[in-house]
Amino acid sequence: MMYIKIFLSFVQIGLFSIGGGYAALPLIEQILVNQNHWITMNQFTDLITIASMTPGPIAINASTFVGTKLGGIPGAVVATAGCVTPSCIIVITLAHFYYKYKNLESVKKILETLRPVVVALIGTAGAAIITVAFWGTKRIGALKDINIIAIWIFLFCYIILKKFKKSPITVIILSGIIGIFVYGGII
Amino acid sequence: MTKNKHLYFKLFLSTFYLSAFTFGGGYVIVPLMKKKFVDDLGWVEEKEMLDLIAIGQSSPGAIAVNTSILIGYRVAGLRGAFVTISGTVLPPLIIITIVSMFYSAFRDNKVVNAILKGMQAGVAVVIFDVVSTMTLTILKSKKIFMILLMIIAFLAAYYFRVNVALIIIIAMIIGVIRK
Repeated sequence: MMYIKIFLSFVQIGLFSIGGGYAALPLIEQILVNQNHWITMNQFTDLITIASMTPGPIAINASTFVGTKLGGIPGAVVATAGCVTPSCIIVITLAHFYYKYKNLESVKKILETLRPVVVALIGTAGAAIITVAFWGTKRIGALKDINIIAIWIFLFCYIILKKFKKSPITVIILSGIIGIFVYGGII
Repeated sequence: MTKNKHLYFKLFLSTFYLSAFTFGGGYVIVPLMKKKFVDDLGWVEEKEMLDLIAIGQSSPGAIAVNTSILIGYRVAGLRGAFVTISGTVLPPLIIITIVSMFYSAFRDNKVVNAILKGMQAGVAVVIFDVVSTMTLTILKSKKIFMILLMIIAFLAAYYFRVNVALIIIIAMIIGVIRK
């Protein structure tokens, strides 16, 4: 019975979190903290910290975190399954229609107009990630506040990526290792 | 059959690997997926990939999960979708289960924080590379309308913080009425 309740609550989170990432937080808070009292507000804050420090979508991280707390590993699996079920159904339905109608002239036109917009949206996220790396905030800061070490790591990794053609994952792991030395107080 | 198994295995491994190393949510993993499935493996065309990303962004749920479902469906149908969704969901499931058991130690660990801080610059490099390549493709098309649309969408999302779903809907409407 408990598992069904967990499943259904996370179906709601999966179904109504549109726009991804942090846009889903208020809804997650409402369902987990206010409605069901499964976690406290403090635990919710910890959850956000953990989610931003670990890989993976925040909704999945929240599902696993709360699921583990409520019902161990089976709880985590049930919560995560609930969270992705709406996505599965909706996205596969849309994909089906996309491949059926993408050659229609009118649909083609809509998709063509969407492409530069999608590039811009990815660019927006990219700009925020770059400013977080350089200034620690999501907006461009003053030149004097820039983190010089981050610039050096950026340039070094860019050369590794472009000139030595290493894979993105290799570059990300490498930047983490550099982080241990320059930020970890070893040198 | 062995060929199919090989394909599923490769799909699973690619999405698992990407999901395990992408810090910072959906917008980080999407450019990496584009690099992997369009540039490296050549399983999806660039234009098609942008369409799939648009569908993933405007559907409910996590963008990373949605986009991986779409890629799996494109490459190997329904079964492919289930393979990629498992690949995407398993890393956070495993990592969070472990981390949530002793999270205060993890949160305050100096080495963990140093790694994460270093990785911010590494992630920035990868994003910068993908975004600049895609922007150049649009600029090289020399279609003034598309270039303007890209600039306006960027300003709307970055400076005026207009909701992403709203921007996509408006772009679709423009696409419908455009001659």
